[in-house]
Amino acid sequence: MPGPSDPGNPFLRVVEGVGRGTVRGVESVGFGANLLSQSVYWLFLGRRRHQPVRAAPVFAEMMQVGIGAVPIVSMLSLTIGVMLAIQGIDALEPFGAEHQVVIGVALSVTREFAPLITGILVAGRSGSALAARLGTMTISSEIDALKVMGVNPVRFLVVPSLIAMIVMLPALTLWSDLLALLGAGLFVSAELGMTMAAYVDQTLRYLDAEDVMHGLTKSAIFAVLITLIGVANGSAVSGGAEGVGRVTTRSVVQAITAIVLTDMLFVFATTR
Amino acid sequence: MATPTTAASGAPVIEVRDLVTHYGTRRILHGVSLRVEPGEIMVIMGGSGSGKSTLLRHLLALEHATSGTIELLGEDLGTLSEAGLYELYKKIGVAFQGGALFSSMTVGENIQLPLREHTKLDAETMRIMLRLKLEIVNLAGFESLMPSELSGGMIKRAAFARAIIMDPGVLFCDEPSAGLDPVVSAALDELILRLRDALDMTIVVVTHELDSAFRIADRITVLDRGEILMTGTVDEVRHCDDARVQNLLNRRFEVEELDPDAYLTRLTEEVPEQ
Repeated sequence: MPGPSDPGNPFLRVVEGVGRGTVRGVESVGFGANLLSQSVYWLFLGRRRHQPVRAAPVFAEMMQVGIGAVPIVSMLSLTIGVMLAIQGIDALEPFGAEHQVVIGVALSVTREFAPLITGILVAGRSGSALAARLGTMTISSEIDALKVMGVNPVRFLVVPSLIAMIVMLPALTLWSDLLALLGAGLFVSAELGMTMAAYVDQTLRYLDAEDVMHGLTKSAIFAVLITLIGVANGSAVSGGAEGVGRVTTRSVVQAITAIVLTDMLFVFATTR
Repeated sequence: MATPTTAASGAPVIEVRDLVTHYGTRRILHGVSLRVEPGEIMVIMGGSGSGKSTLLRHLLALEHATSGTIELLGEDLGTLSEAGLYELYKKIGVAFQGGALFSSMTVGENIQLPLREHTKLDAETMRIMLRLKLEIVNLAGFESLMPSELSGGMIKRAAFARAIIMDPGVLFCDEPSAGLDPVVSAALDELILRLRDALDMTIVVVTHELDSAFRIADRITVLDRGEILMTGTVDEVRHCDDARVQNLLNRRFEVEELDPDAYLTRLTEEVPEQ
């Protein structure tokens, strides 16, 4: 739509740009909310409409999103555990409080690092794949083909991804918790001469179920965000193969931004 | 050329009245009216930008019209609920221009998808139905290949097989011969004629290929710049006096009169931001 402002006035141009950006942002949020409500609708009422969500694609997605990410999540988590232990010991050494590193690592891993790193990794790995897949399907009329076959695309494509993501991201986060704590434990026991049994004992003593749940709840929210952002970008594709590349990149950037912002808001709302 | 079959018996399969559509602010179709009778092959013919693909998308309820009505198999697409629309879709088949086969599935899985989604048939029955349709489109033995392993003509034939797997009453084909060599294209035309005769379908074909249109059509609707120039049998279209129809048939393009002021404006105006 042509803008009402004088195109020669740079100030008005900036204002108009901000306005358009805001409208686009609100539209995207609306689209995401609509997509989520439709997904919930098809999940629970699909069977009544003779369009049930089938188990096979959900498991296939779970394999791809979850099991396929285990090696890279394991490697990163172990590394982060060791890194946190090194930093922790180094920071606490001047105070002679090196042994307090256990509580520091336990809390930061379960509440922040594991959900955040896993979320970012899955956004880059599976969120982008989802955007690329839907983008390609959109430009090659496959989504239209599904519709005219009488198959609802949200039920057929989005719901399996959403379920797989909501189940597998917290599961991966839990795995990441364990591996990061193991990595830290290995370094701490070697560096401070603490036995692994003592390390595990201390960790369990300091760590509440609430800390782990805090991280897992966040990762479930991240799962919804990654899926919706991937789907919204993929279905908004235009301009052929280049367009698919663009929406794929955009979906990763937006998903990571949304993850970090939501993390901060969640912590603000639940921790103070 | 096809022999015209019995037409005008009973209610029309498709009835479009005064369809007006826009793409953004641009008007694409200017009051299109069209009737497709049971059992006929209706070819919607027009050049690029004539609005034929837009018309097809509206016939399939993939777009919303600005005004006018479309009835498909007696159902008004404008007032039909989403659930009703999905039920209606089970009675039609669509072969898209590029095939629109799902790249992550084999040819067989692609063709069987509507059966899997809408019926409770056992695997053996579905496999037999799949092979029946593969035989019809001359693709027997290709069911386990991926779409990326097929040629352009084979992809189109696989798309036809998927479109007819549920034995629909109406089949829509979008540019069946586009991008194919003349021999493969003629084979596809034969296939369309065979489908109509063997399965008693009403078929709507959207194409810009004159030869193909004349070969398969019972009736042709000529669309140009969003308007229907005429609807008639192949002979009627061939012998039509209308200059725009003849231009299209003889591959002549119209030279528009140049308005110097409008030309200058087009060259210098700023493109409004979308």
